[in-house]
Amino acid sequence: MYIQRWLYSTNAKDIAILYFIFAIFSGVIGSTMSLIIRLELAAPGNQILHGNHQLFNVLVVGHALLMIFFLVMPGLVGGFGNYMLPLLIGASDMSFARLNNISFWLLPPALVCLVASTLIESWAGTGWTIYPPLSGIQAHSSPSVDLGIFAIHLTSISSLLGAINFIATSYNMRTNGMSYSKMPLFVWAIIITAVMLLLSLPVLTAGVTMLLMDRNFNTSFFEVAGGGDPVLYQHLFWFFGHPEVYILIVPGFGIISHIVSTYSKKPVFGEISMVYAMASIAFLGFLVWSHHMYIVGLDADTRAYFTSSTMVIAVPTGIKIFSWLATLYGGSIRLAVPMLYAIAFLFLFTIGGLTGVALANASLDVAFHDTYYVVGHFHYVLSMGAIFSLFAGYYYWSPQILGLYFNERLAQIQFWLIFVGANVIFMPMHFLGLQGMPRRIPDYPDAYAGWNYVSSIGSVIAIISLALFIYIIYDQLINGLTNKIDNKSVVYSKAPDFVESNTIFANNSIKSASIEFLLNSPPAIHSFNTPAVQS
Amino acid sequence: DVPTPWGVYFQDSATPNHEGIIELHDNIMFYLVLILCLVSWLLFSIVKDGSKNPLPHKYLVHGQTIEIIWTILPALVLLVIAFPSFILLYLCDEVISPAMTIKAIGLQWYWKYEYSDFINDSGETIEFESYVIPEDLLEDGQLPLLDTDTSIVCPVNTHIRFIVSAADVIHDFAVPSLGIKIDACPGRLNQVSALIQREGVYYGQCSELCGVAHSAMPIKVEAVSLKEFLTWLNEQ
Repeated sequence: MYIQRWLYSTNAKDIAILYFIFAIFSGVIGSTMSLIIRLELAAPGNQILHGNHQLFNVLVVGHALLMIFFLVMPGLVGGFGNYMLPLLIGASDMSFARLNNISFWLLPPALVCLVASTLIESWAGTGWTIYPPLSGIQAHSSPSVDLGIFAIHLTSISSLLGAINFIATSYNMRTNGMSYSKMPLFVWAIIITAVMLLLSLPVLTAGVTMLLMDRNFNTSFFEVAGGGDPVLYQHLFWFFGHPEVYILIVPGFGIISHIVSTYSKKPVFGEISMVYAMASIAFLGFLVWSHHMYIVGLDADTRAYFTSSTMVIAVPTGIKIFSWLATLYGGSIRLAVPMLYAIAFLFLFTIGGLTGVALANASLDVAFHDTYYVVGHFHYVLSMGAIFSLFAGYYYWSPQILGLYFNERLAQIQFWLIFVGANVIFMPMHFLGLQGMPRRIPDYPDAYAGWNYVSSIGSVIAIISLALFIYIIYDQLINGLTNKIDNKSVVYSKAPDFVESNTIFANNSIKSASIEFLLNSPPAIHSFNTPAVQS
Repeated sequence: DVPTPWGVYFQDSATPNHEGIIELHDNIMFYLVLILCLVSWLLFSIVKDGSKNPLPHKYLVHGQTIEIIWTILPALVLLVIAFPSFILLYLCDEVISPAMTIKAIGLQWYWKYEYSDFINDSGETIEFESYVIPEDLLEDGQLPLLDTDTSIVCPVNTHIRFIVSAADVIHDFAVPSLGIKIDACPGRLNQVSALIQREGVYYGQCSELCGVAHSAMPIKVEAVSLKEFLTWLNEQ
């Protein structure tokens, strides 16, 4: 029974649940690693790792890979994408149901590879970018790096198959009347993400495969002694790597759009321009990769080009922020938990975006490159962008998905804890970066002690919040039913607004920009008996 | 020169390049802070009013004029940022007829410096290695993870060119006060220039993950007067 339903599952909703469980599982490991990193860095000298700097590097690699490939991508794309995309376009399932199954079941072996790489010989302390020659056979002779590469291969195949599925589903399985211009923004976000995955992942796969050949089969793509060039690897990696950061954030954009609209009881302002903004962010994302490589010794003209193309991305991002503000404007705003997350997202993502504009300048990057300023920047856009939208999406859709309500008060406490915690962690990192503290160092000169200590305190606050989040899920699953009865906090978060917030007004018949909340909760296995009609 | 406890800003600068970086940063930050204030004020006031508003303006879904404004205006701000940025980029890139060249080679986990312009009595170029001073050998006043046994000694007010490379994995030659950061990549020679304008000791750290002791290969530059430099040179 259970094996039938979960292991052989071809149902997008069940697979989505598996994705969520997997994402939370890896997220817990990744967060624990971040806590260990912060505790080690809480003061100068060796703190808890007994001076094992290789272990520190391994934790840094593990934290990055787990958070990117095993938390955000399965959570936002695999989880919410699989559950919500078919519902939102009025389809009863994904286009290729069996493909969907394999694209999930490639992930656990990938995690096994990654964990195995931390168990054998001297581990892989290469940074998640696995730059050769450090990841080459001389500097890292153990098979750990090979296992890490296999883990990346497996997640890449998984995401690639998933991406094909999403594109095919939204191309073929839209319900009657669901034209592209009427598709909800989250669906657009997933399509754009899927296209980016489809175009960028093969490049990463090629890059790491060449690295694998260099390590094991005597090729010398990146081997200087054999006429290769390590910088080629960096180009290949970042040609994937930059679209990847948009892959992480664009589904978040979609979720935030839905939440902002629902909780201000207004349709999204400038829906078409939002789609074009996301699409141009995705397109430009492929043209800016070398801004990760300003200091490898690129020509000044090249750096000037990458500076300008990078700064151009601020324009569509600005359009999105302003459109969200305009959506809020004149709305009837209800500060439920998802909305709190959405508003925090708007504010903190703006900060992250602005430091991004500063970092876009090749001339300034000389001071910032590979310092904690960069770490602060990308955690503002990913930790407080992608992860906040993951939380927001969970609180927004989980009552519909599970049919059980969470405890609103606990969830608000969880929000404020992580809001404070994340800011206390990452704001001081900007100061450290300005002072010149390099990234990825297990020990630092005494002068950096102050802000590092503050940052570590923030990390503890954030971890408490995550523990509370786990309890909230537990509470929701165990006590959630009783929450359905007249409880003030439930009434507050209950969702009658969705229907009226959407485009009821054009005609009198019930129709909405997004139909997921019109279905019963939890939605039936085969969501629609007759196709929904979008007018 | 060195990072300071609870510092929230750049290290003091010693070269025109770093002066330029600080000025550009302040310049850009002016616009960024302005934008952040605008956005957060808008967000705050909209949310404040919206929370008390029972009737949403449902038909407010697009506006050509405002959308054009918030597309064009950020683009203009970016242009204003871009021009000084490009000027600084090209200025810093110039390495015109340097008076002397210092070669820095990154190795796991120390730096090797070569003064190729000078030869000693036996006809060899001056070269030496520079290791971090381990914690238990530190003397009073020395900085852990920043002080090294030997340091780059160079004259002030002289156009110096650093040629940077690596012998094993990628390292990065970075000295914040001098506005220098350039990858030391095996198989490649990268160059940066510095015109140090005051005497002092400037510290930097390897800035590209290079393995276990990545945090323990600092760079120490001693800028001295030309006379002292010549004395030092004679001792080598």
